[in-house]
Amino acid sequence: MLSEAFFAYRKDEIMNYAVETFDLNRTFKLKKEKKEKDKNENSKVVALENVNLKIHEGELFGLLGPNGAGKTTLIKILSTLLLPTSGTALVDGIDVVKNPEEVRKRINMVTGGEHCGYGILNVRETLWMFSQLYGIPNKKANEKIEELLKILDMEKFAKTKIGKLSTGMRQKLNVMRGFVCDPKIIFLDEPTLGLDVQVSRDVRKYVKTWLAENPERTVLLTTHYMAEADELCDRLAVIDQGKVLVCDSPQNLKKSLTKDAIFHIEVNLTLNGMEKFGEIPGVKKFAYEHKSHIGRTFLKFILEDESAISHVTESISDNGSKIVSLSKVEPSLEDVFVALVGRGLQDEN
Amino acid sequence: MKTDLKTNIKAVIARAYVRIVAANREPSWWFTETLLPVLSIAAYVYVYKALKAPEEYTGFVILGGTMSAYWIMVLWSMAAQFYWEKEMGNLDLYMIAPISRMSILLGMASGGVLLTTTRAFAIFLAGSLIFKVSFSIISFPKLLAVFILTLVGLYGLGMLFSSLFLLYGREAWHGVTLLQEPVHLLSGFFFPVRSLGFGVALGASLIPLTLGLDAMRQLAFKTGAKSGFINVNLEIIALVILCILFLVLSKYAWDFMERLGKKEGRLSLRWQ
Repeated sequence: MLSEAFFAYRKDEIMNYAVETFDLNRTFKLKKEKKEKDKNENSKVVALENVNLKIHEGELFGLLGPNGAGKTTLIKILSTLLLPTSGTALVDGIDVVKNPEEVRKRINMVTGGEHCGYGILNVRETLWMFSQLYGIPNKKANEKIEELLKILDMEKFAKTKIGKLSTGMRQKLNVMRGFVCDPKIIFLDEPTLGLDVQVSRDVRKYVKTWLAENPERTVLLTTHYMAEADELCDRLAVIDQGKVLVCDSPQNLKKSLTKDAIFHIEVNLTLNGMEKFGEIPGVKKFAYEHKSHIGRTFLKFILEDESAISHVTESISDNGSKIVSLSKVEPSLEDVFVALVGRGLQDEN
Repeated sequence: MKTDLKTNIKAVIARAYVRIVAANREPSWWFTETLLPVLSIAAYVYVYKALKAPEEYTGFVILGGTMSAYWIMVLWSMAAQFYWEKEMGNLDLYMIAPISRMSILLGMASGGVLLTTTRAFAIFLAGSLIFKVSFSIISFPKLLAVFILTLVGLYGLGMLFSSLFLLYGREAWHGVTLLQEPVHLLSGFFFPVRSLGFGVALGASLIPLTLGLDAMRQLAFKTGAKSGFINVNLEIIALVILCILFLVLSKYAWDFMERLGKKEGRLSLRWQ
């Protein structure tokens, strides 16, 4: 029989995590017409499969994966918008299924490309409205709103109706809306999606500052921007087709590839015979991305050692392609993803 | 508990604020929501005048037209509102906030009542003045009670319908479209509901407007009771029951639909 001391220890252990998931699964049933279309295939889509994650309090944790990897599904479960098919998810030690009301007091969420509020309200009114859903006293809410407007350089738009804001400004508003209630844990789902460089930089800077202000705050960030994940995250999990493939700091993940030789090669647009590049002797993993608008194909090779590059260049020439540039690079998170999955993050398949 | 109540009250006020502000920032409603309804009322008034119907029928039409503003509001800005909230991305934000969903609904309803009352009053005033309607109120407290109960019942019904939009989105939209005109007929917006026969009128009484309008007509005109459906006191009791029924049902319907939506993953799924 387990002692009370064990449970006390276990309780302490749980409380140190902002988010914990245990064998979390989520499947979606296909709609009738889709089922008929894919009748030879399974009628269920697995969005998450046995996801086990532990995110420490105070951490900026990233979920990195391509579109459809399961990142948003996980965020929706953690933010009480979706029930898991099986498994358990704890936010600040609280079960999201058994006690969603308590979870909601501690969280907020910002989704990229999302618009919030009503076009008829101005920026300040919108932020005030959402602050009231968290019971924030008017004085405190107004102070916080002024602070956010200043930090994110939105003061001059405070009285602008949100229907008249540009996409970037709207996303800034969305970010401010997420932070206005000062949540303990915030879920940022592709917060810089579609934003220009400057606005993205402002958002990233604010996220880092906000986190540094209080050690109890935690950020769970999903992104498919490698640079963003690399710059912001203390640790990250690479997720693909609902499975967590690896979880570590960006530095350690990149370090795992230091023994390999990584080459990025740019060739003229090559649409055929790409598969065979993966079979070249010495090639561990290979991925490519076509950029038709500039007439180029970008190849990424992870090789057992540098000597294999001669086989690679030969094969490219045999394929009728012309090499535009070739460089040996330090491992990036993109390369980590290629090494794990065997395709690039931008590839949809 | 105290904090939760305070948060929920704040949420009600915040959500109501959107509608109250909207009333002031879109002055075009004077034309679309006051003058145009008066035109449709006028058509019925002239039909009654041509048929040499009793004078109070003009008043019946004005009252019906006034209450019609609430019915339209309940259908499109209460029941169907969550379709828009989902499309705009606000629904997710309401669902993750630490508040009761009823607070958002109450905020929408209370803001909606204030907003619609300005329109309804304008229609009532314009109609009454243009067609020189003379009211002879039998009991003002009862009239006020019936009016308030009708609104509570009506918005309770709107809250109940709104739960359908959590899951069914555009499919529920068709349902609301189907309800709009038949209810104008069944609730007797422009004629005494008794004309439909007891059985039909009784069935239509499930919609609080049917009994509410009938009771208001009986209380606002000297000869109103002659064309009334049932006794006013009975109508008040029935309205109280409907109010409680719809408010309680809407809470359960919301809880059920929310749970189902989370299970099926349709709560925040758009374009359905």
